[in-house]
Amino acid sequence: MIKLTVNGSKKSFKGAPFKRLIDALREDFGLTGVKEGCGEGECGACTVLLDGAPVNSCLVPLCQAEGRKVETVESLGSPEKLSKLQAGFLACGGAQCGICTPGMLMTAHAHVRSKAKCDDKSVRAALSGNLCRCTGYQDIVKSVIKAAKGGKR
Amino acid sequence: MSVGKNEPRRDGPAKLTGRALYLDDVNIPGCWHGVTVRSAVPHGRIKSIAYDPAFPWDECVVVTAKDIPGKNLVTLIEADQPLLADGLVRHREEAIVLIAHADRATAYEAAKRVKIEYEPLPPVLDMEKSEKVFKSYLIERGDLAAGFAAADVVVEGEYRTPSQEQAYIENNAIAAYEEDGVLIVTGSLQCPYYVLKAMKAIFNRGEDKIRVIQTVTGGGFGGKEEYPSMLAGHAALLALKAGRPVKIVYDRHEDMAATTKRHPAVVRHRTGLSKDGRLLAQDIEVLMDGGAYATLSAVVLSRGTLHAAGAYECPNVRVRSKVVMTHTPPNGAFRGFGAPQTLFAAELHWEKIADVLQIDSLTLRRRNIFKIGSTTSTGQNLMESVGAQECLEKTVTASKYVAKRKEYDRWNKNPKNRTWKGIGLSVCHHGAGFTGSGEVYLASRAGVALTKEGELIVLAASTEIGQGTNTMFAQVAADALGAPASWFSVETPDTHKVPDSGPTVASRTCMVVGGLVGRATHELKRAFEQEHGRVPRTRDELRKAAAVLCQGAPARRFEVQYEKPPEVTWDDATYRGDAYGVYSYAAIAVDLEIDKLTFEVRLVKVTTAQDIGKAINPVLAEGQIIGGSTQGLGWALLEEPVFKDGVMINNQLTNYVIPTSLDAPPFEVMLVEKPYSRGPFGAKGLGELPMDIPGPAVAAAVKHATGRLIPTLPQTPERISQALQ
Repeated sequence: MIKLTVNGSKKSFKGAPFKRLIDALREDFGLTGVKEGCGEGECGACTVLLDGAPVNSCLVPLCQAEGRKVETVESLGSPEKLSKLQAGFLACGGAQCGICTPGMLMTAHAHVRSKAKCDDKSVRAALSGNLCRCTGYQDIVKSVIKAAKGGKR
Repeated sequence: MSVGKNEPRRDGPAKLTGRALYLDDVNIPGCWHGVTVRSAVPHGRIKSIAYDPAFPWDECVVVTAKDIPGKNLVTLIEADQPLLADGLVRHREEAIVLIAHADRATAYEAAKRVKIEYEPLPPVLDMEKSEKVFKSYLIERGDLAAGFAAADVVVEGEYRTPSQEQAYIENNAIAAYEEDGVLIVTGSLQCPYYVLKAMKAIFNRGEDKIRVIQTVTGGGFGGKEEYPSMLAGHAALLALKAGRPVKIVYDRHEDMAATTKRHPAVVRHRTGLSKDGRLLAQDIEVLMDGGAYATLSAVVLSRGTLHAAGAYECPNVRVRSKVVMTHTPPNGAFRGFGAPQTLFAAELHWEKIADVLQIDSLTLRRRNIFKIGSTTSTGQNLMESVGAQECLEKTVTASKYVAKRKEYDRWNKNPKNRTWKGIGLSVCHHGAGFTGSGEVYLASRAGVALTKEGELIVLAASTEIGQGTNTMFAQVAADALGAPASWFSVETPDTHKVPDSGPTVASRTCMVVGGLVGRATHELKRAFEQEHGRVPRTRDELRKAAAVLCQGAPARRFEVQYEKPPEVTWDDATYRGDAYGVYSYAAIAVDLEIDKLTFEVRLVKVTTAQDIGKAINPVLAEGQIIGGSTQGLGWALLEEPVFKDGVMINNQLTNYVIPTSLDAPPFEVMLVEKPYSRGPFGAKGLGELPMDIPGPAVAAAVKHATGRLIPTLPQTPERISQALQ
């Protein structure tokens, strides 16, 4: 049995230890905010945080998450009460079709939380593993910078 | 007023919290997984289909062409593409057998246990060797021979553009099931009524027995215009045979290899000009590769043909175009729809002309660009909303184009610098709505419903696929009524709930369908005024007025149908007249730098001005411009599907590379608003316009940097290196 913490709750899993983390999150824990775009670690739509660091959950076998903390988009705000980062995306046009958005948010969340520099260059570098086909990225970068500035106020 | 304000995206909160349910997120109890067995040869006859006896086939449902109750056909323009190959295969990704199983991995395993034998036939894989023409067009204006006879110079050029994958991040996905005798098809799609039409023929059912419902859709860009009809047919065949829901969710490799892409094109220009740079004759030839079946090729070619002469006035024009068959997966709709291919040629050709005449391409454009009163190649007089010049001038000024041309010329002369620098320009028009008489044939409908409880619901089949449809509709309706946008919700596109508003394509959702929503809401407004005395001012008053207007019925619908503006005339037989009701315009300047050692291109900045009539929601409009331009930059620099033996071999995001946040440049966007009298609040089409011209601007900048005109996309380091040898 594999034990892990998902969005603050303790979970256990009895199936195949090499099940992909994305499949366990979606199928066993009902967290369909985790999206699959390519299944080979290129697009980043399935990004979740593993002990705070962004990973492609399509490349992580569940056994590697044993004893560790997983965070998904469901751990951020709710539609009624968006987090600062989510509100930044809403105001600046950071989401269009929305399929890359949960992964993009998790990478951005880790970046902002790490207290790293949040200017155009550093945000673009941080998000470079998350593909978006709709926005051309500028509004996503703006969203993250806006949220990061808002946090310091 | 709501129009012109940045109302937050309607679908934003659900998408930002992971609550939005895309097809694969929807819990459909008892749903099986469908997979597809495809052809292994590009052209051949199916000799036999064998099923490995060692596999437990009784756990699966298997479907072939024999199981189709109605026509074995994906209904579109020509009746040529079968839903499942029967006897003959015409491309490597053609579907032959479908399998469903409770477990997805087992379904894929089953697909491997099907052995199909073929009698191979010779394939045609090169469009320039194809003899089968799907469609051809001819546009003629003036006297071409006289134009060339009067010309001081004649400049010829040949330009090539590759295919392009839409690369929406959500792959194609559809589920089907039967409920109370109604076949329900739901999933990721752009055009619910296209799917409905295809399903009627496949299953011999009326519209009351088929219901198509869109789920939240993770991008389309044209890639979910026609293919979902095929996928829906496949899922529904499996579901009906299995007697349970079945979903088919493509993985990335299958989606990239099997579904439609942009048409590759070769465009040749022969242009006659006076020595001061006035266009006197344009003779243009267009060839596109349609792939194995006709699908949308005729209309893609039509749009390409109608845009081939560019946004310039020329008295003598001939455009000859054709789209041919090859034994490759059918090409289809991709943002721009044929126009980016022909505009690449038209715009980059100015750089060649500039070299011959020794007049810079900006001056040449200024001398010939469309103005109010200009006449297009089809003889259309441009009487209103022509922002081409303003877009050009704003872009030139904001990008410091003229100063940078000189500055970079100096930089490039210094051999000590490690880079070459360049700035390139392009301009275009883009017709909004369906080509020619298309909108008349579509006869689209949209409406607004008032429930007796006082809810206001926009009814349209136009899908939200990320572009902001639902937010825009609510804003248009709000201002048409004179009420807050928050009073309006937008119905899910569901063929049992919304009228046929036509497809979500061709930059028509805001201008055409938004216009219908506005008109329908005006009818509601009149009803409020006549039956209640005025438009309600509060929610309470709205509820009271609703009870009066509905007269005991649960709801009252106000629906309108498209009416052709009387001034628009078009002749399909001669291709003369008003090809589109109006055009949007754009200009773009691409500023870049090329590493002298690696030939890698770094985009420094992109400046663009786009005339879209009116930005209903500026944040959403700029999002379309930056996002669409970035797709164009990807096509210009990175993206190239590689085909071998009729199949795409780089069908994964690992080696089909789309721009990342580090590849995308900073953008400066300027909205130009030359209102169109027939558009809602002046709005014109926007969706495709930004995709049209980053390509030629990149190529012009590469030429400025290196001195070499590379007439082919993408401008990869390899191509630049070869050009410099």
